[in-house]
Amino acid sequence: MAMTIHVDIVSAEEEIFSGTANMVFAPAEMGEVGIAPRHTPLLTRLKPGEVRVQVEGKEEQFFYVSGGMLEVQPHVVTVLADTAVRARDLDEAAALKAKEHAERAMKDRKSEFDFAKAKVELAEAMAQLRTIKKLREKTGV
Amino acid sequence: MAGAKEIRTQIKSIQNTQKITKAMEMVAASKMRRAQDRMRATRPYAAKMRTVVAHMGKAHPEYRHPFLIEREARRVGLIVVSTDRGLCGGLNINLFKAAMQAMAEWQSQGLEIDLSVIGTKAKSFFGRFGGNVVCESAHLGDAPGIETLIGSVKVMLDAYDEGRIDRLYIANNEFVNTMTQSPQVEQLLPVVGDESDEQLKHHWDYIYEPDAKEVMDQLLMRYIESLVYQGVVENIACEMAARMVAMKAASDNAGELISGLQLVYNKARQAAITQELSEIVAGAAAV
Repeated sequence: MAMTIHVDIVSAEEEIFSGTANMVFAPAEMGEVGIAPRHTPLLTRLKPGEVRVQVEGKEEQFFYVSGGMLEVQPHVVTVLADTAVRARDLDEAAALKAKEHAERAMKDRKSEFDFAKAKVELAEAMAQLRTIKKLREKTGV
Repeated sequence: MAGAKEIRTQIKSIQNTQKITKAMEMVAASKMRRAQDRMRATRPYAAKMRTVVAHMGKAHPEYRHPFLIEREARRVGLIVVSTDRGLCGGLNINLFKAAMQAMAEWQSQGLEIDLSVIGTKAKSFFGRFGGNVVCESAHLGDAPGIETLIGSVKVMLDAYDEGRIDRLYIANNEFVNTMTQSPQVEQLLPVVGDESDEQLKHHWDYIYEPDAKEVMDQLLMRYIESLVYQGVVENIACEMAARMVAMKAASDNAGELISGLQLVYNKARQAAITQELSEIVAGAAAV
């Protein structure tokens, strides 16, 4: 029996591929790597490119990844793919935007959380919900 | 028949409301199914991440990442995941209550709190009651991509890296089943490793390319991102389930109101007819 290795390709949003293969090729940061069964443990980042999986007894399959991580254990290969295009400055821009939104909103409010006021309001809302429930029960549904 | 006409318009308007709530119920039901599927689809990634992080914890690399090191807390970060829209029962209120409880506890320990809010409901809640909100993102839609969250998560991770916060928590609703959603506050940073299982007891390590630090940086960042993403997706499933239940209750209530009013209307109509008849009879007798 030919030796095989289990391959999982997952992204944050979904599972992309899972199965056994004879060999896997991935675009690692230091150059493309080919992973055969019983490869030594390896952890590396991936560049954008294609992951090729030689599925056991079938044709080769291709998957595009826009980056991510590759983990290799002797009998398991895991590709943690990024779905979004990621770059340091893009991430930075997203972070700035989120901060900016908050700062703009913070201008006209105090930074001290008003526990008492919040508690009262929440209690009111809870009471309303409870009353509605009670009313429903009373009318006998 | 003045009273009867008023009642009739009232019934009409309640019927219209019922139509709306029924439609919303059905929309929420179908969205819930999709949200649940998405929730399930995100699980393999987080599970794989967890395995890799657990392996890494056992691999004893020479480099210890700050995300893995417990340090004395002076300031904590809290990511609050709420919905964008209302009409979903007590979902957000229960969540805010849980978050507030945690916040009150931290405050009693002398810790300061930085908030990151996701969703318009949390935004307006903390807008009304204050709280040091450092970043916010809203209007994520029903099927948010992970890129919509990168900003918010990065702000918190950067703050942790620079030592501005010493712990990071997330507050979101946990999807138990369609009828039950329970709010939870969980620790994200430092990463709490689960001390479980496995045969990888002997000493070993990965080959890291290009080097351990950079690989771990990215891996742990993705790990936290995936956890937050999972929280958001789960919260959306909760939102849809809660809305479905709330709208079903509203439709049922409208139905009861309508049948009650119908009875009153029928009585009024009957009374009017009887009166008219007796008037006619009285008139005929007089002639």
